Amino acid sequence: MTGLTIDAHGVTVRFGHFTAVNRVSLQVAPGEVFGLLGPNGSGKTTLIRGLCGLLPLAEGSAIVLGRDVSREAEAVRAQIGYMSQKFALYSDLTTRENMDFYAGIYGLSPEVAQRRKQELIDLTGLAPYLDRRGGQLSGGWKQRLALVCALLHSPRLIFLDEPTAGIDPVARRDLWNLLFRLSAEGITLVVTTHYMDEAERCARVGYIYLSNLLAVGTPQELKALPEVTPPGTHWLEIVGKDPAALLERLRDRRGVYQATIFGQSVHALADATRSAEELGLGDAQVHPTEASLEDVFVALSRNRGNGDSA
Amino acid sequence: MNTHFSFQRLVSVARKESLHILRDPGTLFFALFIPVLELFMLGYAIDTNIRDVSTVILDQCKTTESRALIRRFETSTSFKVLPERIYTDEQLTQAIVAGRAHVGIKIPENYSRNLGRVPREKAQILVLVDGSEANIAASSLNVASALALQESLERVIQGGQGLPVELAPLILFNPDTRSANFFIPGLMVVMCQMMAIMLSANAIVREKENGTLEQLFMTPVKAPELILGKLLPYLVLTFLEFCTILLLMNVVFQVPIKGHVVTLLMLTLPFVFTFLGMGLFISTRVDTREAAGQAAMGTMMPSIFLSGYVFPLDSMPQAFYYLAQIFPTTWLIDAARGVILRGAGWRELWLHSVVLWSMGIGMFALAMLRFHKRLQ
Repeated sequence: MTGLTIDAHGVTVRFGHFTAVNRVSLQVAPGEVFGLLGPNGSGKTTLIRGLCGLLPLAEGSAIVLGRDVSREAEAVRAQIGYMSQKFALYSDLTTRENMDFYAGIYGLSPEVAQRRKQELIDLTGLAPYLDRRGGQLSGGWKQRLALVCALLHSPRLIFLDEPTAGIDPVARRDLWNLLFRLSAEGITLVVTTHYMDEAERCARVGYIYLSNLLAVGTPQELKALPEVTPPGTHWLEIVGKDPAALLERLRDRRGVYQATIFGQSVHALADATRSAEELGLGDAQVHPTEASLEDVFVALSRNRGNGDSA
Repeated sequence: MNTHFSFQRLVSVARKESLHILRDPGTLFFALFIPVLELFMLGYAIDTNIRDVSTVILDQCKTTESRALIRRFETSTSFKVLPERIYTDEQLTQAIVAGRAHVGIKIPENYSRNLGRVPREKAQILVLVDGSEANIAASSLNVASALALQESLERVIQGGQGLPVELAPLILFNPDTRSANFFIPGLMVVMCQMMAIMLSANAIVREKENGTLEQLFMTPVKAPELILGKLLPYLVLTFLEFCTILLLMNVVFQVPIKGHVVTLLMLTLPFVFTFLGMGLFISTRVDTREAAGQAAMGTMMPSIFLSGYVFPLDSMPQAFYYLAQIFPTTWLIDAARGVILRGAGWRELWLHSVVLWSMGIGMFALAMLRFHKRLQ
């Protein structure tokens, strides 16, 4: 027993000749909020399915909640919750009926089901919507209902596949607050997302690109990676009147490796030896800053791309 | 762990599926109203016996004899003589070409004269039949010949008391040779098949389309629980439909049920199984409801044309006759007509039962196997 919630080594999933997940190793500790990032089609969902035992592993092994998913998929699945990308509940059934169905499917006794439903209704605030049909709920409430259904059987681990895609910012924040409450109760969460700000909230983040897990670590660790911030360079925030013109000028300068606009400022990676004066940016203000997670993923993806074409 | 078959899970699925049916008026409508509508259409509109075929008569003779002959046609239930005045051959033909009449009768000028001659000449009448409606044509010709034969015989034995030889055909089991008796048992079977296959094909594909199947795979629910739980409500619905048609057939169309209804229902059970299984099989191969619908319709075609539902098996070419035996529909239609019209029981229908159960279990097993594979 490793004590880890997920302990995966060299996990590979293939569809015919296509390798959707390539030798991914991943450790997730109990109670952790782990973010899985990557562009569409990079293999996030496939990795999750592999870890749930829904797809066979071509190579590697994964121990989830102390059980080998290749051999005990059913037992693993009984202890994990899963919330898929799109609303995967029945839109013609009411909130209550959806809950009852999942309680039945998970084999909860009537007493346990009753108690558990009440707990989760209290937690999510779904009480006013119990008799509304799934299809008539707004995006945020749909996600809460999906979360409730994924939590009914008191799983110790939940996979959430882009839980906040397509819901409004308020509902998004509410949902994250909910997730942190679950995490505080000791439930492990694996969340995939496109949003950088969501990734920042995660205790640790893994970045998947073209079927490979390129990096894993806390957001801070990732920003300090040499691929992201090479030795002898630093990140600068340059605030000026005309960011577009600033960007043009910066791109021509030697010693500037990357530059991109963030609102009214330009975010750039430059040689640490070059002073602000040497960059010759006139009256623009230059502050040192740190890499954003976006910088991290852009850097990692570019590296990978170059490596492949070389 | 819960590795055993769980009745609780099966019931949960069945309850959920029933809710889907109740929430979806389209399915209910499709399930219960359409078959009834079709029953009334077939029962009332489709009648292969001719009745009141519109007829025009050109009487060039205009004698007592010719009028006697015309009266025969007029009093026959098979023909309805139109009041249209016909004076020439062209008008007679025109009435048929225009579709106003399906039969035209010409009594030539010399009809009475030839009748009266000794030794008798043959008195001829001309019967024009619209061959574009094959059923009507054949039957009209038969009836017209019979009327003419009767007329001649009565003239041969003038003054005699009736005809010396009377043919009294006795048609067993469907004494009025009513189309309803022939069609409705077949209709019941075909409708039942359509329901079972459509509903079960949709049941899984719908979950695929909505992404809910993926969610279900994440739960401990097992394939047999999911499948049986899903199909149970559809089995009930299909039987409900079957019984509705059976009841309407008996009450509205007055088709008597000679045998035992229970026998019929017990033969229907494996039949429904077969098509629930086939629907399931389809659902493992397609991903949209449109595709499922098309595949289901594809299986309907041979069942309609080769099962003896419309065209009698006996008049099929040998090869088709044998081909027809592989369709469960053929067996159940035969059994249904047996029970309803001929009062057949287990002694006559045990083979049907064996064949239908084999097909049902075989198809279901095949579908289950494929479904399992898809899961992996």
